[in-house]
Amino acid sequence: MTEIIVVTSGKGGVGKTTTSASLATGLAMAGKKVAVIDFDVGLRNLDLIMGCERRVVYDFVNVVHGEATLKQALIKDKRHENLFVLAASQTRDKDALTQEGVEKVLDEMAKENFDYVVCDSPAGIEKGAHLAMYFADHAVVVVNPEVSSVRDSDRILGLLASKTRRAEKGESPIQQHLLLTRYNPNRVEAGEMLSVKDVEEILGISVVGVIPESENVLAASNAGVPVILDDNSNAGAAYKDTVARILGEERPLRFLEPVKKGFLKRVFGG
Amino acid sequence: MGILDFLKRKPEPSAGVAKERLRIIVAQERSTRGGPDYLPLLRNELLEVIRKYVNVDVEAVNINLERDSGHEVLELSVALPDGKPVI
Repeated sequence: MTEIIVVTSGKGGVGKTTTSASLATGLAMAGKKVAVIDFDVGLRNLDLIMGCERRVVYDFVNVVHGEATLKQALIKDKRHENLFVLAASQTRDKDALTQEGVEKVLDEMAKENFDYVVCDSPAGIEKGAHLAMYFADHAVVVVNPEVSSVRDSDRILGLLASKTRRAEKGESPIQQHLLLTRYNPNRVEAGEMLSVKDVEEILGISVVGVIPESENVLAASNAGVPVILDDNSNAGAAYKDTVARILGEERPLRFLEPVKKGFLKRVFGG
Repeated sequence: MGILDFLKRKPEPSAGVAKERLRIIVAQERSTRGGPDYLPLLRNELLEVIRKYVNVDVEAVNINLERDSGHEVLELSVALPDGKPVI
């Protein structure tokens, strides 16, 4: 059975693509056969974050329109042989995707015995975002501890519960996972940022993971290496925990405590 | 707190305000979710009609759809301003 996971958020710039790349890589590290699809037609970016931008020949839209086979368009990851990337089209507009077309590609992936297909949703609630979530079994809703992101994610949670295939067919609902990213425990302690508990209370759903704000995330995207592969970063470790939880393992949340500054920093600031 | 910290302006703790505002708006948006699409339109048209006679604010018209067992109640409340009507 191929499980479809959508990574979505409503608001842009909260870490959907970073999360998609790390989630797909983490699942592949756990031995699963994984494909990650960029649904952001016209604004391709997952390829950059995965570090395969120069190997894109055919894309998702080509497969949907029968201009290339799925095998031709899937880009095998350099680091994990059971991980594949399907890039978004950079030239077509968002109407190039249709519900039937997306369904056809996902069905084909099921035939190829993929364990997981991760759908990296575009921002917004338009067609691309709708198609990315429509066939999903799981949803990872990425949220920042910030008012507009929290509000948008509530809207997305509502759409997941009503405008998806599972909802329309009256099947068991999509499993929703809330992922809090760019979390800064020091600012939370200072009362400047919503806490994990605040966000959980407002949205009425508990988090599957908390990714601390980290400079390593930018470094990872600069290098085209998903941050989950960075063994020295808290963000990478937090993504590893999150993937394990999605796979059913129980792990306590980490990196929620403020980092105490050293003596010199306390005196001179920084 | 370091001895040089007084030189830097500290931002006011604002997470509490954010939480309260979100709590209210999320609850409000959830209450209209799943309701018919015409509600916002109905609200605007009602507002236009009311404005022909009384100068009311956008915030003054409140529409609620309540579901009880078996039936739905459309509740409309308009807060009229003090003073005389326009005409």
